[in-house]
Amino acid sequence: MTTAIAHGAAGGRTGLAKSTFTVTRRALLRYVRTPQLIVLATVQMSLFFLIYRYMFGGAIHIAGMSYVDYLVPGFIATGVLFMGIGTATAMAEDLEQGFVDRLRSLPIPRSSVLIARATADTAILAWSTAFTAAVAFAVGFMLHGSALDGLAAFGLVVVIGFAFEWVFITMGLFAGNAQAAQGMGMIVFPFAFVSSAYVPVSSMPSWLQVFAEHQPLTYMVDAVRALTLGPQAQALLGHPSSYYVTRSLLWALAIIAVSLPIAVWKYRRG
Amino acid sequence: MTAMIEACGLTKRYGKTTALDGLDLTADAGQVVAVLGPNGAGKTTFVRAVATLLRADAGTLLVAGYDARKQPSAVRRVIGLAGQFAAIEPAMTGRENLEMVARLFGQSRRTAKASATAVLERLGLSGDGDRLARTYSGGMRRRLDLGASLVGAPRLLLLDEPTTGLDPRSRIELWDAIRALVNAGTDVLMTTQYLDEADHLASLVVIIDHGKSVATGSPADLKRQIGGNIVELHARHQHDLVRISEMLGRLDGGEVQIDEATRRVSVRAHSGGDGLMSALRSLEASGVELEDIAMRQPNLDEVFLSLTGRPTEDRGSMAAPAA
Repeated sequence: MTTAIAHGAAGGRTGLAKSTFTVTRRALLRYVRTPQLIVLATVQMSLFFLIYRYMFGGAIHIAGMSYVDYLVPGFIATGVLFMGIGTATAMAEDLEQGFVDRLRSLPIPRSSVLIARATADTAILAWSTAFTAAVAFAVGFMLHGSALDGLAAFGLVVVIGFAFEWVFITMGLFAGNAQAAQGMGMIVFPFAFVSSAYVPVSSMPSWLQVFAEHQPLTYMVDAVRALTLGPQAQALLGHPSSYYVTRSLLWALAIIAVSLPIAVWKYRRG
Repeated sequence: MTAMIEACGLTKRYGKTTALDGLDLTADAGQVVAVLGPNGAGKTTFVRAVATLLRADAGTLLVAGYDARKQPSAVRRVIGLAGQFAAIEPAMTGRENLEMVARLFGQSRRTAKASATAVLERLGLSGDGDRLARTYSGGMRRRLDLGASLVGAPRLLLLDEPTTGLDPRSRIELWDAIRALVNAGTDVLMTTQYLDEADHLASLVVIIDHGKSVATGSPADLKRQIGGNIVELHARHQHDLVRISEMLGRLDGGEVQIDEATRRVSVRAHSGGDGLMSALRSLEASGVELEDIAMRQPNLDEVFLSLTGRPTEDRGSMAAPAA
């Protein structure tokens, strides 16, 4: 057996692309072949969306538009946050169960494992978001902007998801086990709810408004909303879509710039 | 020839706990080294250091001639790690698991397939290679984990408590697989709590306690140091215990241990068969009835007691399971 195997040069590492691809494939296969994971990923977001749309749709009135049009961008943008908790948990489980140990003992670049996690989970959330969007269209959501803007909105959600992935990867690395990761994941709630996602910020008590107005999710939600609402957007939001999109991307960049190095540092340290 | 592992004064602290306290260990090529010690002795920390999963705070560590601190990638290329937790992906088949690791070693798709097939064959998993790993039994998972450490054709295999938690049959199967690997030329560093495991597999045993090496030698050397096997008599009647312990006490010099609750008396059998035979004959003559007679290897507690003069404290005793 030993003669059949070719060795790389001593001290050499397997390339970043090959390593990342191989580890990403494993994460995706795990999803696809574990019924509870893939069903949850596909259906969970949609289920909650339907609950919000039908339960709250009657009670909440937004001037000038249907609640479903108001809700969808908000729901989808914050939905990626909730899916991110799954990333933290998966990362923590891999740590707990020794899978990370094996990967760290292999001659591959350290970052490949983390990039793989971020890539695989972003792919999953893109899938989940697409499915939820389809459900949204089925229950009355309409794009008031161009189709291109609609696609841009989808792309923005995926970028936002990817940025937050790094926060959750870091969380998972620090948590060390699945339960702790889930616990830490609860931080998502204030960011998701105290934002413009589900209700207008102006309807909140003033002390919450301060937080809501300045946190990244509000900008991101409004960016997606601006792209999907088209011309109505400026009237409702007060700024053109470019304003929100730029700020969202800057926030995304800042989030990655802070959490990625911390994640890599923590992963290396063990 | 370069030593396979050279640890010198290796120290690692976690907050207030000192896991490795100036550990010295040299393992030549061509050896199977078993690091033996109770929980918390530092075995796992040492293996993790050799696997470059952690960096020591002080001391030097050379693996296959490479400095673990300065050349970790070079070390990773020549080692294979199999840990207690059987780190394989349950949602992939055995074959896919092995191919994945082979690819991560830089092998091409075709070479990876060949490596995976060869390793499956070697570990007796060929028939199960295309089933999902989550359908495997515990013993099969361990073998697959071992396989994952082999696909890169490592020079040094690191096995962290390879048979902990396995049933006796899986244990023996894994021993056979390890022995076959050693015969084919792979060096092995393993940790274990079981003296019989070290005895069966290792050419060099290092006993560590509190992060330091307390004894080193071949299994035969160590057993000589400890004083050989233990004879254990199980009395039928409580009142015979004193008589038995007197008789056994006369078997040159060993200290007799009495366990009243289980009616067992044990002593080290220095003199081997003859002394034991005559003691048993006298017991028979005096009408003592015995439930059972056993001769067993010392367990880790007894080894420690002998080497360090004190028991392993409150770590619990690690009796060698009946194999």
